[in-house]
Amino acid sequence: MEEPNASRADVRGCNIALRRAGAGGPLLILHGASDAGLWLPFVADLATHHDVIAPEHPGFGSSDTPAWLDTIPDLASFYLDLLDQLDLTNVHLVGFDLGGWIAAELAVRNTRRLASLTLVGAAGIHVPGVAQIDPFLRTDERRIRDLFHDPARADDMVKRAARPEFEDIGLKNQTTTARLTWQPRGYDPHLAKWLHRIDVPTLLVWGANDRFFPPEFATAWQKLIPGAKLTVIAQCGHLPHIEQRPAFVAALDDFLDRMRAAA
Amino acid sequence: MKFFNFHLMPYRHADLDAIERNGSAWVTYSNSHYDPEKGAGLYHEYLDQMELADRLGFDGVCLNEHHQTAYGMMPIPGVLAGALARSVKRAKLAILGRALPLLNNPLMVAEEYAMLDNLTRGRFIAGFVRGIGAEYHAMGINPAHSQDRFAEAHDLIIRAWTEPGPFQYVGKHYHFNYVNPWPRPYQSPHPPIWIPSQGSSSTIRWAAKMRYTYAQTLSPIAIVARFFQMYRDEAEKAGYTPSPDQLAWSNTIYVAETDEQAMREARPHLDALVNRFLKMPTEMLLPPGYSNIDSIKRIRAAKVTGKPTSVDDLVKNGVVIVGSPSTVREKLAAYQDLAGFNTSLTKTQFGTLPDDMTRANMQAIAQEILPHFRDRAPQGAQRAAAE
Repeated sequence: MEEPNASRADVRGCNIALRRAGAGGPLLILHGASDAGLWLPFVADLATHHDVIAPEHPGFGSSDTPAWLDTIPDLASFYLDLLDQLDLTNVHLVGFDLGGWIAAELAVRNTRRLASLTLVGAAGIHVPGVAQIDPFLRTDERRIRDLFHDPARADDMVKRAARPEFEDIGLKNQTTTARLTWQPRGYDPHLAKWLHRIDVPTLLVWGANDRFFPPEFATAWQKLIPGAKLTVIAQCGHLPHIEQRPAFVAALDDFLDRMRAAA
Repeated sequence: MKFFNFHLMPYRHADLDAIERNGSAWVTYSNSHYDPEKGAGLYHEYLDQMELADRLGFDGVCLNEHHQTAYGMMPIPGVLAGALARSVKRAKLAILGRALPLLNNPLMVAEEYAMLDNLTRGRFIAGFVRGIGAEYHAMGINPAHSQDRFAEAHDLIIRAWTEPGPFQYVGKHYHFNYVNPWPRPYQSPHPPIWIPSQGSSSTIRWAAKMRYTYAQTLSPIAIVARFFQMYRDEAEKAGYTPSPDQLAWSNTIYVAETDEQAMREARPHLDALVNRFLKMPTEMLLPPGYSNIDSIKRIRAAKVTGKPTSVDDLVKNGVVIVGSPSTVREKLAAYQDLAGFNTSLTKTQFGTLPDDMTRANMQAIAQEILPHFRDRAPQGAQRAAAE
């Protein structure tokens, strides 16, 4: 599928970039700290059988940075507004990294418009005693390579990040990421208390070799969200949708197919 | 010109090779390298040096704040200022400065500084800084809030000093039902405020507008001159002509009998300062959000954190002054006229410089330099010189 033109959406005065393509039930993708604004091949895969909606978060890419943007819960409430505005129902919500954190905060608040929740290498909770990479004490190149199990797979992203025309966007994304995740580093101590409220089918997809949020995080999420299913993908770092795209897409399709069959 | 003895209080016994292997003396350089016996000795050695500066006729002594680093052992400078408030009898006592955004309760600085101002009966100078980027890694404060928190903390402290309490304060980062600190400052309306900076244009503009003394940290003198001209221009825009007393140059001076001897003696200790204690990777110095994106791009492009700095370049570029008494006098006079400052914040101890050499340096500066500058103000057209 061709990359769709980026369109814009205006939500209560905050203007964001938003790509939308495909046919089927609505599937909202919330990107992570390192893949804002990319129409990645896995999105095209999903768009063959879903109406894929891929926004760039406020504060990222070419979206506005609104004065109200301080925390991940701010973005969760923003996306509840967006779902209302687009009047979407039965939405499959898929969040990666900090986008997974947004998705979980959103689902804790309100699942009225959701059909399912999928968290991929999600930030948002703390697991004691598990060593994590500090993304803020890494050079750009080192951080990108550490996202992958096979560092050679990072070449494209490293090259893209080094392009001069990407410097401003890269710094903007990092600045917003710091604003949202610096302290506590990548989690909200209050989120875990309320994850039991999530009442839609939930899938966790994790890279077996994720060094930012190692698989112990997946197990912890699974204990906190009632009935959550977990798929761990082998030979895979923090970005399963890039490093092991076929396995990732298969895991998500299988989860959604079983849901449909059960319904 | 006024001379202040500016101390960083480095852990000068640090294993320089271990710092090099770690890539930095900050944040990740393990405190298992700190020996309390040696550290305690250094605190007393350095405080003794500050008291010596007072007796030798320095106009003031300066402390500052850095966290989790062998570069300086003053995470809480108020402790040392308290120790000096009664033993430094005559000189001014300056903290340059406390890093306001790191504080979750800025009223504690309003209290601490007011106490020091009372203890010294008005000899205290209040410095406010944002802290360098490494501090945000060390203290878990969000760098993206740094500028906001600095502005808000500053406003709160000034109001706490100048408005009768109690009053309510509601900001974005700070909230208090009762602002009513005891004691109030000794000086009226409050201690002089000095703003040290690496040369951020927004900081210079703000300091000039507020009529605060601006202190330029470790930079080549040509750049210092440019920043000081920016301050004078901004002051004129704000409707007044600033005094050269409002400009302070933070430098390092080492004096020995001859130029050759001074360079030989100072070289390894200056090298330790700039190539070991001060070194850190860019991502530690500049966490995202600490500066606006244009500033970050400018600093990254200059690659300031990567390349080693030669001691010869430091001297040639006028970052430091090293030489015989006559060389130091000539250069300092030339730099004063070039940049138009009237306060010298001078590190007489630097890097690994031991106590005996520091004291000899202080004696030499007091005898050979200070008297020649006591009544000297900047001369000549600074604007032309700065261009």
